[in-house]
Amino acid sequence: MRARARTLLFAAGAAGAAALFTAGALDLPHFGGAVHPYGDRAVHQALRESTTNTISSVNFDQRAFDTIGEELILMASAIGAVVLLRVVGKEAEDQGAAHRHGPAEVSDALRIVGYLLLPVTLLIGVYIIAHGAQSPGGGFQGGVILGTAVHLLYLAGDYPALQRLRPIPVFESTEALAAGVFVAMALAAAGAVPALNGAVGVEVGCALVLLIGKFFEQALLVREPPGGTS
Amino acid sequence: MSHLPYLAAGWIVIAGLYGVVTSRDLIHAVVCLSVTQSGTYVLLLAIGYRYGATAPVFSDRPPHGRPVTDPVVQAMTLTDIVVGATVTALLLALAVQVAKRRGTIDPDELRSLES
Repeated sequence: MRARARTLLFAAGAAGAAALFTAGALDLPHFGGAVHPYGDRAVHQALRESTTNTISSVNFDQRAFDTIGEELILMASAIGAVVLLRVVGKEAEDQGAAHRHGPAEVSDALRIVGYLLLPVTLLIGVYIIAHGAQSPGGGFQGGVILGTAVHLLYLAGDYPALQRLRPIPVFESTEALAAGVFVAMALAAAGAVPALNGAVGVEVGCALVLLIGKFFEQALLVREPPGGTS
Repeated sequence: MSHLPYLAAGWIVIAGLYGVVTSRDLIHAVVCLSVTQSGTYVLLLAIGYRYGATAPVFSDRPPHGRPVTDPVVQAMTLTDIVVGATVTALLLALAVQVAKRRGTIDPDELRSLES
């Protein structure tokens, strides 16, 4: 059977991977040991910059370029989901009774809890972001809390209110703007060479697209005059 | 057995992969992929652990007191979680479209690429 063959193939691969992983893991430093050279250096550097939350220092100071990549992955995934889920072709939106006439039928307890928790959760999100440099927290964690807080309105059954609270175009442009600000600030903090590299990269990429685009136009769109050589 | 946490991480990865391979449902496969990825969280945090240590945060205590766990791997775990969540979101969007176009989310019934 096909499924059986697949499972057998997986078993062989998994056995090999497990053997290699075990051999590698047995040579790792002992669990809970005292030797953490990178960690010690990161702590030292964070304290020198007086960022008391070392993890924020690693993410936004010592490895800020990696965080740019991470942020761009997040943005690319959001764009990908938007593109995948856009209303295509003849797919019609349901304009009917479901979400036109106010709140849906949910229990009063859920509705009240949703409305009560919304401001509290927003406040906690802002707090987590604001204190990220000093105490456990930070932009990623607080951002998730902020994003979740808004959707308490949906749990409370009030989708129209949710739509008024979060106009999608505003959030789309704010996300792009924030990602751009993050990249610009990281480049400004990193000095001239990475910024110049970035500018050259964008320039070369755009130039190549323009060049190839012109060649495509020549090859695919420009018709040869009738009665030509061919 | 001081290497047990590392081996547990490897076990989680293989268990998640087994789920992906034998999955009969795309949503289930996405969840299994999340399980696979959580093995990497365990591995990273296990490498950074130190006996008798506390969290690498110095807001309420002096800098040279107790030892702290490795902040580098903890920051990488944070990155890992964010990337994992975005991958999950994107794959779920794909699963929604597959369900709409093909009327099934059983990977065995999705033989060809044409719609």
